[in-house]
Amino acid sequence: MDIRNLLYRPTEAEKSAVDEVLGPPDSGWDGGSFGGLDGRVAYGGHAAREKRHMLLPALHAVQDAVGGVSRGALGYISDRLTVPPAEAYGVATFYALYGVDETGITTIHVCDDIICTQYGAEALCDSLDDALGSNGVRWERSPCLGQCDRAPAAMLHQPGKGYANAAPVDTRSVRAIGFDELDPGVVHQDRSELALLRRVGDVDPESLESYRASGGYETLSRAVDLGPMGVIEELERSNLRGRGGAAFPIGVKWRGVAEAPGPIKYVIANGDESEPGTFKDRLLMEGDPFAVVEAMTIYGFATGATHGYVYVRGEYPTAERRLTRAISQAREAGLLGADVAGSGFDFKLEVRRGAGAYICGEETALFASIEGHRGEPRQKPPFPTQHGLFGKPTGINNIETLLAALYALQIGGVPFSALGTEQSSGPKLFCVSGAVDRPGVYEVPFGATLGELLELSGAGKIGAVLLGGAAGSFVGPEAMSMPLTFEATRAAGATLGSGAVIVFDDDTDFGPVLARIARFFRDESCGQCVPCRIGTVRQEEALGRLSGGRPLGSRQEERKRLDDLARVMTDASICGLGQTAASAIQSAIRLGLPGAPQ
Amino acid sequence: MFGAGGGTSSYQEIEDTDLIIMWGSNAREAHPIFFHHVLKGVHNGARMFAVDPRRTSSAQWADVWLGIDVGSDIAVANAVGREIITRGMYDEEFIREATEGFDAYAETVESYTLDRAEEISGVPGEAIRQLAHEYGRAEKAQICWTLGITEHHNATDNVLALINLALLTGHVGRYGSGLVPVRGQNNVQGGGDMGALPNKLPGFQDVEDAESRSKFEKVWGSQIPAKEGKHISLMHEAMDEGTLRALFVLGENPLQSEADSTEMERRLRSLDFIVVQDIFLTATAELADVVLPAAGWAEAEGTYTSSERRVQRVRKALDPPGEALDDIELLSRIARAFGHDWPTPTAEQAWDEMRALSPLHGGMSYARLEELGGLRWPCPTEDHPGSLFLHGRLWDRPVSGGRAPFSSVEYAAPVDELTEEFPMRLTTGRRLDSYNTGVQSGRYESPRRIHGVLDLSPEDGVALGVSEGDQVRVSSRRGSLTAPVRFDRSLRPGLAFMAVHFPDDTDVNVLTVDAWDPKSGTAEFKATAIRVEALA
Amino acid sequence: MTTTDRQRVTISASVDGKTVELPEGSSVLDACRSAGVGLPTLCYGPTMTPASACRVCVVELEGSRALIPSCSRELEEGMEIRTGTDRAEHSRRLVLELLGSASELDRSEEQLAGWMTMAGARSERFGPPAVEAPRQPPSPGHHGSPELAAAATVYEPAKVEDELYVRDYSRCILCYRCVDACGVEHQNTFAIAVAGRGFDSRISTEFDFALPDSACVYCGNCIAVCPTGALVGKIEYDMREQGAWDESSQEITRTVCSYCGVGCNLDLHTQDNRIVKVTSPHDHDVTLGNLCIKGRFGWSYVGSGVDG
Repeated sequence: MDIRNLLYRPTEAEKSAVDEVLGPPDSGWDGGSFGGLDGRVAYGGHAAREKRHMLLPALHAVQDAVGGVSRGALGYISDRLTVPPAEAYGVATFYALYGVDETGITTIHVCDDIICTQYGAEALCDSLDDALGSNGVRWERSPCLGQCDRAPAAMLHQPGKGYANAAPVDTRSVRAIGFDELDPGVVHQDRSELALLRRVGDVDPESLESYRASGGYETLSRAVDLGPMGVIEELERSNLRGRGGAAFPIGVKWRGVAEAPGPIKYVIANGDESEPGTFKDRLLMEGDPFAVVEAMTIYGFATGATHGYVYVRGEYPTAERRLTRAISQAREAGLLGADVAGSGFDFKLEVRRGAGAYICGEETALFASIEGHRGEPRQKPPFPTQHGLFGKPTGINNIETLLAALYALQIGGVPFSALGTEQSSGPKLFCVSGAVDRPGVYEVPFGATLGELLELSGAGKIGAVLLGGAAGSFVGPEAMSMPLTFEATRAAGATLGSGAVIVFDDDTDFGPVLARIARFFRDESCGQCVPCRIGTVRQEEALGRLSGGRPLGSRQEERKRLDDLARVMTDASICGLGQTAASAIQSAIRLGLPGAPQ
Repeated sequence: MFGAGGGTSSYQEIEDTDLIIMWGSNAREAHPIFFHHVLKGVHNGARMFAVDPRRTSSAQWADVWLGIDVGSDIAVANAVGREIITRGMYDEEFIREATEGFDAYAETVESYTLDRAEEISGVPGEAIRQLAHEYGRAEKAQICWTLGITEHHNATDNVLALINLALLTGHVGRYGSGLVPVRGQNNVQGGGDMGALPNKLPGFQDVEDAESRSKFEKVWGSQIPAKEGKHISLMHEAMDEGTLRALFVLGENPLQSEADSTEMERRLRSLDFIVVQDIFLTATAELADVVLPAAGWAEAEGTYTSSERRVQRVRKALDPPGEALDDIELLSRIARAFGHDWPTPTAEQAWDEMRALSPLHGGMSYARLEELGGLRWPCPTEDHPGSLFLHGRLWDRPVSGGRAPFSSVEYAAPVDELTEEFPMRLTTGRRLDSYNTGVQSGRYESPRRIHGVLDLSPEDGVALGVSEGDQVRVSSRRGSLTAPVRFDRSLRPGLAFMAVHFPDDTDVNVLTVDAWDPKSGTAEFKATAIRVEALA
Repeated sequence: MTTTDRQRVTISASVDGKTVELPEGSSVLDACRSAGVGLPTLCYGPTMTPASACRVCVVELEGSRALIPSCSRELEEGMEIRTGTDRAEHSRRLVLELLGSASELDRSEEQLAGWMTMAGARSERFGPPAVEAPRQPPSPGHHGSPELAAAATVYEPAKVEDELYVRDYSRCILCYRCVDACGVEHQNTFAIAVAGRGFDSRISTEFDFALPDSACVYCGNCIAVCPTGALVGKIEYDMREQGAWDESSQEITRTVCSYCGVGCNLDLHTQDNRIVKVTSPHDHDVTLGNLCIKGRFGWSYVGSGVDG
């Protein structure tokens, strides 16, 4: 299309970084140098515009190579992908991990979210300006980095090298973050008794052979024997519900995709785990990546999708690398590609990296992100099973759900359904963090109580527990006997959400916690719909005034404003982010937690 | 086409077609809102080809752009036809039942192999093959063109070459398939509708047909000459011969809009008497003996006919300035000065008289035009909804009316040959924010305005040793001018471009050739041989 | 004869207990209107795919947990729609209040003031507007400490960069209409997009280039769809600033453009025998309200028109 090219040119380093992901340009019209037949013939149109989905990978390429997205790089990427520069700029400025209109910056992202602050993140931040000096190194506050089992956490981004996680960090170590990968994290339970975590820390996540030696890929064979409908029926019998927060029956979803009309369908593994206090999917992706690949292959096989994506949170470089490696090993072994395991099924799987946007965990925002757009959610209906990625029928599940599905197919739908409770079947992962002795991911059957879970992780005197992360709600010590099931939490007006269980001890002042949550939602709102875009701002302002003791009008009026905002965000926002942006704050007010507005 | 003086299709059809060929049309800039409809088609999944020497902003939307040499259109079109025939992709039934002259056409195009077309046009045969195959296979396809096809010495042949392709494949006379010449001026279609052609009466009725004439003579109460008049190029010849001595110019600026303006000025100065009726004191008006100030757009009532044959109302919003008068008033007063008893009719009265005589417009009352937002002809009666597309009759079996004729046309190189002395091809056209000689568009402040410049490929700039903004001398066999250089990626080496909008700064028609198409009278604005020299 | 005629199926639904029947493909908004319920709309434009962004048209739908935007939801058989519930009215009021607390709305489409009054919307309850400060480049994921005593706004100084447009983004409600009109819905020029994130989102060219340095082709199709006067012709802006803009004395005359042969319908807005603005009717199928630079701005040659 007739996009206006920028006058700025890329540096050689930027150009080769982009060409590394996109391949060399085909012609002068494709960003290359002019010559040959360029004056006589040009190919563009639909095929050129269809390259847009490579926008985020291309932006990542220059960000990683030179530490920012310069005007020249953005212009070159626009040319290569036939994306208008204004749109490319709009996309680049949507995601927190891109530095736009600057290069050469080394950045340390320091988590100051509600768990890391319990572990001294504020003091760490206070020390950083002095500690880092100004030699091209910058630090920024970051929302939860998903390392809550070893807080406080930081992440380094260095031009030419990319990202590295570090946790725990202190004032000294934060200056010396290296690129040695961290272990996925400690599994505190006896792995031999676990289903979802049994391979984490046991198998070599970089070796297909190791995965196979532990029973890997036996389920794919079983799935091929069952046939697509057999797989779906087995999952329907399992009564497995999605673990991403919405608890949608997986059999219904997979059947929906399988039965949707049209030859092109997609399946997606949602690894954009960004809910504060949630890190289980990271553990699975880092510790058991082949299981993700196997589960996705079965997903494609059962639904008739020939193309799958694993969308991995940008803050999870190790997961991304291991999944990429696992996919390439599986491909070489004939377990992906034209004829999966000799079944005649053709399936392509690739990894896509997020770029710092909580909202992209929302399924339709995630589609937009893969397509090369700003991560803005879409109004539903239409639902993804009918109109998803690239407008095609799409199945999307989070990582834990996929591994639970793999397990259900391994042991059979009926035995799976016997685990847990009638309405909440199977094993469930919880991420316990905060004021506990042994933070980490715990696997318990649905129905274990909150008290039992906290006992496993060694909790002391509890002020409150935030279930489900920032989008969840607080429960008090009286909830210890509550079974952790979809139905029991719903009855208690709470939610399991993402499986985050954030523990606060009994001398916590919740004022700063709530302020951080309000700040989080304002920062992470995509900005598309009014209730969330402006409501999250007004919520933060009102909360700040109340906790600062300087209300606008009376405290009652201020409370009324907060309630009104909660109501409009919950009732009228496009997506789950806005609909839950007041949930934790409102629950803290209801419980009368210390420091919450009264 | 086939006797009807308008494009076959309505704009909405291009939104629903499967293949769009923009041939010699930069609608993105010259017809932006038509291009909106094209883009709707593209977004609905239509494939698009662009055939244009420049990779214009329109061509940049194409799936495939064919950058042909200026004036090689017939070679390419004939090769497309040959390929469609050779591969058996033509509509045999349609050709048999609804057309005539296919065998002669097939024989003519036989020599236009892909190799030959590649040699003439410079475009790889493979791209031409692709166009042929997609056009041949498409369920619905439209070919759109504008002045890139018609401003040539063989304009009519160019158009016929494209019509042949539609006949070959049956891409005409059906919803979504058609031939779409997009009109360059607000009412050039309406002018034709109203008989402002040397050989036509209103409604495209033949002036040499006695029956048609007598119908008009009865109402007009006067004798209509039985022989067709002269088109503009023949008028030039008559001026040169001295047989045409006086000129009444209405709303035209021929001194600046005609090719070879030096020659044109000599011609106009040689006349005995010139009357110019215009809203501006144009360069032509400066030469006139009498200037009649006319009310302009927004100052008078009437109708325009658009490129989809849609007649729409135009209205008066402002009082004309000074002594300016409505055209109808001026013409009536002239008639009265000649001693005729002409009252001044309202625009609607004049229109009603016309539509009583033109079956195409018969059903178009002002009230209906108002209510329906315009009507597309043919619209013979007041209960007729107007016509989306023309020539549906070709799909009646047996075909109703006459068969559509194939025309055998041969490639002929542009008149102004490239030589060592004039090695570069100059072509002309419009820019988005400007219009024709700039008398209207020159009067608003456009942030996008590119004044009189010579556009060159960056490669040619390097070869000439010039940078953007440097002055160069541009010479053709007829004249020369100086202009600053602007680099334009849409041009390949050897191809230069100038807009037509700034005759007072850089009068491109000093350079253009006065060769013209004997069938339509259009001059070859699009193909001039030039030499460019850097000025120190 | 045409492929665009599709078989008409009638959908039956209820709005506030009243049964309505509409052709398939109608929206819930259409249904509400046919039941005589006037809902406010801001981001919705009749010629565009709904953006579902402003949420000012939300209604309650039986069986749906959240309220639904009536403009974008396709009507389905048997839907039970309620427009006047406390919940729906609360959200519509809050949306208007929030918009008014962040953007200047005094030059908006005239119905807006009526909607605000009808809903009892009081934007000032969120505090006085924060001190005006120039806008910083986008910084997704970060924002400065809120002022608390005053409500943050989208303030930025009006961008006057040429003789045709003014972009007065303090009035912007981020309805996406300009972006969609510049983009895939109409013009396909993509000179502007939404940049930044959350409340920090703004309409921007690449790197916030001035409009003349951007891809803008000055068609003004963004101005044509802006509901709040954030995008406005320079003449109108200047006249408004001078207090000379008087819509009540203006006449609108429908005619056809004087330039190329496409036949775009124009509405000439005249005041004191001068053209002061040109628009195109949204309901005419040639333009759908769109024009090019010549049609919208190229009329100053007309005898007594305002000459730039």
